[in-house]
Amino acid sequence: MREQILSVIEKNSRIGIKELAVRLGLDEIEVANEIKAMEEEGIICGYLTMIDWEKTSIEQVTALIEVRITPQRGQGFDNLAERIYKYPEVTSVYLISGGYDLLVTLEGKSLKEVSSFVSHKLSALEGVLSTATHFILHKYKDHGTILDKKPKDNREIMSL
Amino acid sequence: MRNPLAEKIISVKPSGIRKFFDIAAEMDDVVSLGVGEPDFDTPWHIRDEGIYSLEKGKTFYTSNSGLIELRNEINAYIKRTQGISYDTKKEIIITVGGSEAIDLALRAMINPGDEVIIPQPSYVSYEPCAILADAVPVIIPLKAENEFRLTAAELEDSITDKTKIVVLPFPNNPTGAIMERSDLEPVAEVIKKHDLYVISDEIYAELTYSGKHVSIASLPGMQERTILINGFSKAYAMTGWRLGYCCAPEIIATQMLKIHQFAIMCAPTTSQYAAIEALKNGDEDVALMRESYNQRRRFLLNAFKEMGLDCFEPFGAFYVFPCIKEFGMSSDDFAMKLLQDKKIAVVPGTAFGSSGEGFIRISYAYSIEKLKYAMEKLSEFANGLRNNA
Repeated sequence: MREQILSVIEKNSRIGIKELAVRLGLDEIEVANEIKAMEEEGIICGYLTMIDWEKTSIEQVTALIEVRITPQRGQGFDNLAERIYKYPEVTSVYLISGGYDLLVTLEGKSLKEVSSFVSHKLSALEGVLSTATHFILHKYKDHGTILDKKPKDNREIMSL
Repeated sequence: MRNPLAEKIISVKPSGIRKFFDIAAEMDDVVSLGVGEPDFDTPWHIRDEGIYSLEKGKTFYTSNSGLIELRNEINAYIKRTQGISYDTKKEIIITVGGSEAIDLALRAMINPGDEVIIPQPSYVSYEPCAILADAVPVIIPLKAENEFRLTAAELEDSITDKTKIVVLPFPNNPTGAIMERSDLEPVAEVIKKHDLYVISDEIYAELTYSGKHVSIASLPGMQERTILINGFSKAYAMTGWRLGYCCAPEIIATQMLKIHQFAIMCAPTTSQYAAIEALKNGDEDVALMRESYNQRRRFLLNAFKEMGLDCFEPFGAFYVFPCIKEFGMSSDDFAMKLLQDKKIAVVPGTAFGSSGEGFIRISYAYSIEKLKYAMEKLSEFANGLRNNA
């Protein structure tokens, strides 16, 4: 049941409990209880809105930053990762296998703001060996959703 | 000038669905629930294989029967889903959609005057194809109280000494009805008893919502009497690729292949390469689409319940077939008034045979948002009619 619920609300968190229960052929109260349980267990971590900021007049810059760090004795990467993710402008921090250690995504108002964060805060942290900053120029697809094109019904009139 | 036309084709009526939607097309802002094809795009990896085959220059005819690799995949698919298998070289033909296979089967088997039993409501082309093949169509009006399944008694009652073929259109367009194993078994007994053949149109086989589809060909003694028809349009959302197939006993398939090679040559090559990919790696896509259809199906049935519209629960295809008899209007009038008053297009049940009178077909090959809007309008419409009664 959990998998079914999650697969629907992952794509549409605004769906009502009643409609969700109808669509999955489940009992409404059971669905409500299951969602509550998953919220408490931290499986469901939040309900967000997907926004294409490019279509607004609000300036928004997103950067992906590759960070190489020195693991610390007894802590591994955790301690430094925490120091990074505590900055509110950091939107995600992932531990990565391969050529570098952390992938940090950052949202700022301008290029200047982002570069100032990287040079003054991130690079200055003890244990950070190097950073490589990539600015996102355009988002074609985000969270499984194509942002540029609206889906269009191309089906023609047919005799069946 | 002399009359250029054949009497036989003049006697065939054009599709009733087509007529209705030509009117709808003239109006603005119509929300249609009328289209009988998936709203999904063909999964990208399948399209990609088609494109790749073009890049590699696979632009020639295939053999008349179709690519042997595709026929092998089809055979493997039937083996794993139905537990039967065919002689890939002689008993499987790749066709231009399932509809070509229907035509081939009828033309290969009918002598003038033979009777073909067609249960209705059903897909619009069985009857005209039978007539064009010089058969006499014998219609069985299926009943709502049987959930539009064919019963052995109904079949028995319509058999004469001229009967040769029974068309079995399940999962069904337009009713969404299915035939389960326990429904098929008594029907198969009647067919064997009277020494008949079956054209089993299983194009919606992958879209069932209460267990797996069972083909009548998989029942004991039925494979040698069955022309099994299926295709890629509905399962893999590949309508425009025009690709279907049929599996039939060698004696029939050999003659079907002659018509196919003289009339069609072979099915589109690009589509055949894409179809190999569909059968090899498409199971997950089918499962996702099936789940999505199933959610919409449940949503619609609940909406009908809330607006007090009578509808049996269909377990197949992507159609629901609610009853509108309470309004005392013909299906045609109901659909036309719904279109004019609320700009919602549905198909009158009568487009699929006179036994569809009193019903409308609603396709759920539409997004849930669209279905939601349409159900609000349909509910308003139904309440309006009830208040005026």
